Amino acid sequence: MSRLANTLRAYPTLLRIGFSEMLAYRAEMLVWILATTMPLVNLALWHTVAEGGKIGRFGQTELIGYFLSAFIVRQVTGSWVVWEMNQEIRSGRFSMRLLRPIHPLIAYTAENLAAIPLRAALSLPVALIALGLVGGAGFLKDPALVPAVLLAIFGSWLISFLNQALMGCMAFFLESSMSLVYIWTALFYGLSGYFFPLEFLSLKTPRATAILHGLPFYYMLGFPVEVVLGQHDRGEVLRGLGVEYAWVAFLLTLTLVLWRAGIRRWNAYGA
Amino acid sequence: MAPEIEVVGLSKEFRVHRREAGFLASVRSLFRRQYDLVEAVKDLSFSIAAGERVGFLGPNGAGKTTTLKVLAGLLHPTAGTVAVAGLRPQRREREFLRQITLVMGQKQQLLWDLPPVDTFELNRAIYDVPRPAFRETLDELERLLELKPIMTKPTRQLSLGERMKCELAAALLHRPRVLFLDEPTIGLDVSMQLTVREFVRQYNERFSSTVLLTSHYMDDVLALCPRVIVIDKGQLRYSGALGELVRTMRPEKRIVLKLERPVLRPDLEAVGEVIEHGDVKVILQVRQADLRDAMSRLLARLPVSDLTVEDPPLEEVMRDLFARSPEQDGKGADKAVALAPGDAA
Repeated sequence: MSRLANTLRAYPTLLRIGFSEMLAYRAEMLVWILATTMPLVNLALWHTVAEGGKIGRFGQTELIGYFLSAFIVRQVTGSWVVWEMNQEIRSGRFSMRLLRPIHPLIAYTAENLAAIPLRAALSLPVALIALGLVGGAGFLKDPALVPAVLLAIFGSWLISFLNQALMGCMAFFLESSMSLVYIWTALFYGLSGYFFPLEFLSLKTPRATAILHGLPFYYMLGFPVEVVLGQHDRGEVLRGLGVEYAWVAFLLTLTLVLWRAGIRRWNAYGA
Repeated sequence: MAPEIEVVGLSKEFRVHRREAGFLASVRSLFRRQYDLVEAVKDLSFSIAAGERVGFLGPNGAGKTTTLKVLAGLLHPTAGTVAVAGLRPQRREREFLRQITLVMGQKQQLLWDLPPVDTFELNRAIYDVPRPAFRETLDELERLLELKPIMTKPTRQLSLGERMKCELAAALLHRPRVLFLDEPTIGLDVSMQLTVREFVRQYNERFSSTVLLTSHYMDDVLALCPRVIVIDKGQLRYSGALGELVRTMRPEKRIVLKLERPVLRPDLEAVGEVIEHGDVKVILQVRQADLRDAMSRLLARLPVSDLTVEDPPLEEVMRDLFARSPEQDGKGADKAVALAPGDAA
């Protein structure tokens, strides 16, 4: 209990220092944001395609709403902890984290969460443009689902963070754990709704969407975007949140198991 | 009273991947990896009392850093038991982590792009140091290490010496009672080495903390550590007073002479072994028992303007010690224990 209380007391400072670090890396942050503008490229592409008529439920206006929302959701839910873990474990700097009386994973969460205010601020102009182009009618209309939007986005961040931490833990065992990240990222691009709304697939293969809705990638982007756009009723949102947080629980368990095994190995060979 | 640090029969083995050079060897290692078992520490035992400053010496690869990491809870022993401040390091309990610090000269905890003052604040929060205590300690560290002008500059813009001073401050803000210092003066200039040494001494005296220091700079050890523990190939070679080690290994004394004019070598050889023969500076080595007589003869016969008596350099003592196998010491590791009657000091 006292460990938890200490962690809670320390957390605001961790966030504040993490935020200062983000400000120090502002140029890098800008480059990262520019590197994540793929939804805007996709928007241009699909917008042109939709000139010929709606694609499923998506006309040109809906596509603007979808891809601009995807851009913002990606900004505020992105995580990069795997790069840090991999580098620190390989260089031995990870030892310095183990010497501190706070769980390293907790410290990593603070460092990643600390970037969100800045990313959100940088995303704000995009949000305003989206609102201007699409109009309020293109977004969530049921006020009762506003907390669900926040939960869906937070769940998306958790999945993103945990899967990266999971791959980061692989650095305890593998010399080239980063190759896993490239595989995961490729799957994310294809299966999350990053390149196109997943329901496009169901136009040709109806069962594909159902399968993809069972995978974690959808909950990292497609699901929160669809909730923001008000494409689901309350029942569907609840079901979606259930699956999303089941993935969170599963990834958390897996991460902790791998973390413990990794630390055991580190204690035996590494440091 | 229980020792602050107690190591009993510590052994630590690593499995290390081995691969020959060349493309074929790379391909072979894909399918059949070969491993060597490296015994970094073998059946090591020693204890350190609270408040002691102890030098932990040995050649590269002797197992010093491995032992420090075991003591800090970063590595688990393969065999044996270790206790620090009455706690088991390998459990890495919060209470243990709050009592210790490990400063590694080649690894830093400072946040690279932020001023050190931000790392200090981060550590305050993580170690849950009350603000008044934090302010008091920081003021003191600021004064002792002259941190004021540097602690608000980004770490990346600090010199190596400035960074080390800030590393020390960051590591000590929670006032640990046990300090593990692994090469804290590595790469520092002479003036900064003196600053760090003086600071470690003052911290130890002010807070009665226990210091275990590894360094390749023998001046660090001479200045700071009344007692040394020497290991080689993972085994204890000596544990005891530094002066005793020097006397045991090199029972000679060195007489350093400054001369008013050059003298002939045979005149010097008549008194003792000539170590250095310059026009105005001469170093002679004589047996401890012959020292008084040698000094009288030198002062009577030679144009001496200054004379000092020194122990042989510690580097040479260490070189001699490491050149001898444990078996040459008599009974191997037993000799090391025999050399250290006051092990727990």
